[in-house]
Amino acid sequence: MNALVLPTRRQEDWRYSDMEAVGGVWPLPAPAVIAVAAGEEASHLLLQDAAEGAVAVHDYEISVAAGGRCTFHLLNIGGRLGRVTFRVRLGRGAHFGLYGATIGGGDQTLEIVTSVTHEEPEGTSEQIVRSILGQKAVGNYLGRIEVARDAQKTDAVQSIKAMLVDRTATANAKPELEIYADDVKCAHGCAVGELDRQALFYMASRGMEPQAARSLLLQAFVAGVFDDIADEAERARFEDAALAKLEALVRQGDME
Amino acid sequence: MSLLNIENLSNTVADKPILKGLSLTLDAGEIHAIMGPNGAGKSTLAYTLGGRPGYEVTGGSVTFDGQDLLDMEPHERAAAGLFLGFQYPVEIPGVSNLQFLRESLNSQRKAKGLDPLSGGEFIRLAKEKAGLLGLDMEMLKRPVNVGFSGGEKKRNEMVQMGILDPRLAILDETDSGLDIDALRVVGEGINTIMRKPDRAVLLITHYQRLLDYVKPDFVHVLAGGRIVKSGGPDLALELEREGYAEVVGAGVAA
Repeated sequence: MNALVLPTRRQEDWRYSDMEAVGGVWPLPAPAVIAVAAGEEASHLLLQDAAEGAVAVHDYEISVAAGGRCTFHLLNIGGRLGRVTFRVRLGRGAHFGLYGATIGGGDQTLEIVTSVTHEEPEGTSEQIVRSILGQKAVGNYLGRIEVARDAQKTDAVQSIKAMLVDRTATANAKPELEIYADDVKCAHGCAVGELDRQALFYMASRGMEPQAARSLLLQAFVAGVFDDIADEAERARFEDAALAKLEALVRQGDME
Repeated sequence: MSLLNIENLSNTVADKPILKGLSLTLDAGEIHAIMGPNGAGKSTLAYTLGGRPGYEVTGGSVTFDGQDLLDMEPHERAAAGLFLGFQYPVEIPGVSNLQFLRESLNSQRKAKGLDPLSGGEFIRLAKEKAGLLGLDMEMLKRPVNVGFSGGEKKRNEMVQMGILDPRLAILDETDSGLDIDALRVVGEGINTIMRKPDRAVLLITHYQRLLDYVKPDFVHVLAGGRIVKSGGPDLALELEREGYAEVVGAGVAA
């Protein structure tokens, strides 16, 4: 594929994207490269909180050699288009973990696109993504897992859940598995839901204001995604940014 | 002035009429029990007073402490002093009981123009009320009702009632799912928290047994969406002994 030609929505990776926004920043810079050596451990973070109306595209190419581990925490909340992609190759017994949250409102398009290739046996990958979308926001997760012919004993997990705060918001979740080995475990779950009405009434019956109740339920939905960020200050930065975005979302919803 | 005055209340749930001209008055200091056969509208009455979405009032009025109850949102009813004890308390994964209660209490305090309780003040209050109901403080740190047994859920409802300190408690089958010991603890909790001159309780129950612990001043039979008979505590015993059909007439009980 020629990297200079603007992609179209007919290409799988761009299927639900905001092509007009992409056009404004095309061609994209080369992806950031993360190479984790054999037996090494690496953890990376991205808090994508680009300014309103901005276009933010972050591409990562990650390779993890035998026995290495790479974990990535991602909070995707900024910009008109916020797109974060991962192309991951795993060696023997290597591990990749993605813990992500997307929170969008207005007419934002926020997407996480992953392609994880288990090239060798005994690799593991875990992807946990929680999305909260309000107003006319579009949240996308496209997750492709490929297990090579020799990559026996691969264990790959995808847990993707989205919550629509307004009926006008959209969540697209598309796992895609391509498995050429026969002794592997690939578990994937996708769910799109709305706030639990019974819980909202229960909270109201105790005197909780509707805005506080919604905010608490939404916090609970993304809680845990950033628990494993080792650096306490960084963890607080992610949690505070998520909370602020959530509260803005709930407040905006109230004014309509 | 009565604390709660329900006049000729009618409603529908999913377009089906359930309450059909129900009238009932509670004064402060009183405990009333409502009994009745399955499907009579007992839980519907509780939910309608609590303001649950989907329970549409089609006629009549409800005055609570001089205010039009039906004109208020559910959280405003709670802040006005109404507590609804759920027959099936809702599980809320990811939200701890303490968080849930603190947020609720501080919302109510805000509505009354009071400052929020500090973390320390709130924990002391929660500890005291949990102790009263024999609920371990550790359980209050866990997500709301998640993994709680039926009895623990009901005790948790009473802890919430103790912390929120309502003027009127409507308790919908708080006795269901309780063993004898838990029934006694819950009964004593209701007495300690609510048996006061400025409070009132509306107990909705199928059975006489809770009434051994929480002695009602009045007993009403709800059947076919209306109160068909009212009396003193003896009425509950009579119902238990003879059945609804015998006491209020087979046609009404059906």
